[in-house]
Amino acid sequence: MKMNPGIPLLKVENLHKAFGKTKACHDISFELWPGEVLGIVGESGSGKSTLLRLIAGLLEPDKGTISYQQNSKLITLTDLDEPALRHLQRTEWGFVHQHPSDGLRMNVSAGANIGERLMANNWRHYGNIREKAQHWLKAVEIDPARIDDLPRTFSGGMQQRLQIARNLVTNPNLVFLDEPTGGLDVSVQAKLLDLLRGLVSNLGLSAIMVTHDLAVARLLSTRLIVMKQGEIIEHGLTDQVLEDPQAAYSQLLVSSVLQV
Amino acid sequence: MQERLKIKNLSKNFVLHTQNGAILNILNNVSLEVRDGEIVALCGPSGVGKSSLLKAVFGTYRISQGDLVINCGAKEIHLAKASPAEIIELRKHTIGYVSQFLRVIPRVPTIEIVANAAIEAGASSQQATEKAVALLEQLRIPKKLHTLSPLTFSGGEQQRVNIARAMSAPRPIMLFDEPTASLDPENKTTVLTMIAGLKKSGTAILGIFHDRNDREFLNAREVEMEKYKEPENA
Repeated sequence: MKMNPGIPLLKVENLHKAFGKTKACHDISFELWPGEVLGIVGESGSGKSTLLRLIAGLLEPDKGTISYQQNSKLITLTDLDEPALRHLQRTEWGFVHQHPSDGLRMNVSAGANIGERLMANNWRHYGNIREKAQHWLKAVEIDPARIDDLPRTFSGGMQQRLQIARNLVTNPNLVFLDEPTGGLDVSVQAKLLDLLRGLVSNLGLSAIMVTHDLAVARLLSTRLIVMKQGEIIEHGLTDQVLEDPQAAYSQLLVSSVLQV
Repeated sequence: MQERLKIKNLSKNFVLHTQNGAILNILNNVSLEVRDGEIVALCGPSGVGKSSLLKAVFGTYRISQGDLVINCGAKEIHLAKASPAEIIELRKHTIGYVSQFLRVIPRVPTIEIVANAAIEAGASSQQATEKAVALLEQLRIPKKLHTLSPLTFSGGEQQRVNIARAMSAPRPIMLFDEPTASLDPENKTTVLTMIAGLKKSGTAILGIFHDRNDREFLNAREVEMEKYKEPENA
């Protein structure tokens, strides 16, 4: 997919979302540029995951616009009809959920989980789909011999990697990551970080990653947004936010990290 | 020679909100220039703000007052007002920073870490890998370590991997934070010779070199940082 580097891949303007009286997202605006990994950090309940779901079209905003670059032009997502949005979600985007069971179909095989998106992209030849699925299992370091096994028989780390393979098989432009390494033990985390880094640099994809792990944010993201109570309280280059945080809450967040 | 970096009356304060709003004034009205083909060495005891100044030049520390002008050839960038995109662009093409510590993703092999720096700057994967091997050999990192992650290496080895990474794609402005601090004499000479080579090829260099012999070897212009420190009773 050809990208115009002169305009943002994604532009979010004055986004609002409330659940009853709770402001989950209040007046959120930012841009994501092609090839960038944007990290969103903040404590639980700060609105990070809601924001991610709003942008990815999994939730509808109360107010505000989201635009996305397609064929070198910005289109307004909030104007798209349901089928057009679904098509975008299945072809040009990926969404990696915190819990693999939310992003995988647990009652079909690993191969079918990867193949599903290919079929949505008009792949019809069974042999080709199977071959591609095997290739991606290898890419995420799962033994291709497990292709016919159900995800349920996989460990948590393997399920998470299968979810990544399922999302990346169609070469998306934009991937949403919700706590991609949360709940995994550290050796698996490192494997996953290495994998994500390789995919970002080799496939040129852009990503928005919600995480509460500042070390993960440091290693993967170019820029950081800090959220608190539904608002962006600070943003900047990752090293700026982590080494010279300006807002009181960002300072607290950074100074609370345990040293190993 | 052309002025590559101009620091004008730069001050940096930290406001520590979590510690009753204490204000630390770590740099006070710093002014200095670095020209192409020149090495400027920041001098003074620890805590005087040497590393902080390097971080301000790299854009990690946001500037409280004053300005920092970077000459990128075609245009000048005022760092105090630069956007994140401009700073990312500067780091890709104009400014390189060699910190004292190596920060890498676990499991990534040393050779890839070094080669990636050149690939990011536009080299082909093959060129970058060949250069990475040559640099690692020059810096005496044993061949059997090249395919391992540097996170298990000794401090001195990690420092040399960091230097190899910087040397694989040097920028017109290079910042060095004690590049020889944990090196044995032989490796120290190699690294200093590499830095002198950068200078000769026209790189503008700002660095911290604790050892006076190193500064003499590099023929560095010394800038005493003590004068930019906050007065004790201010």
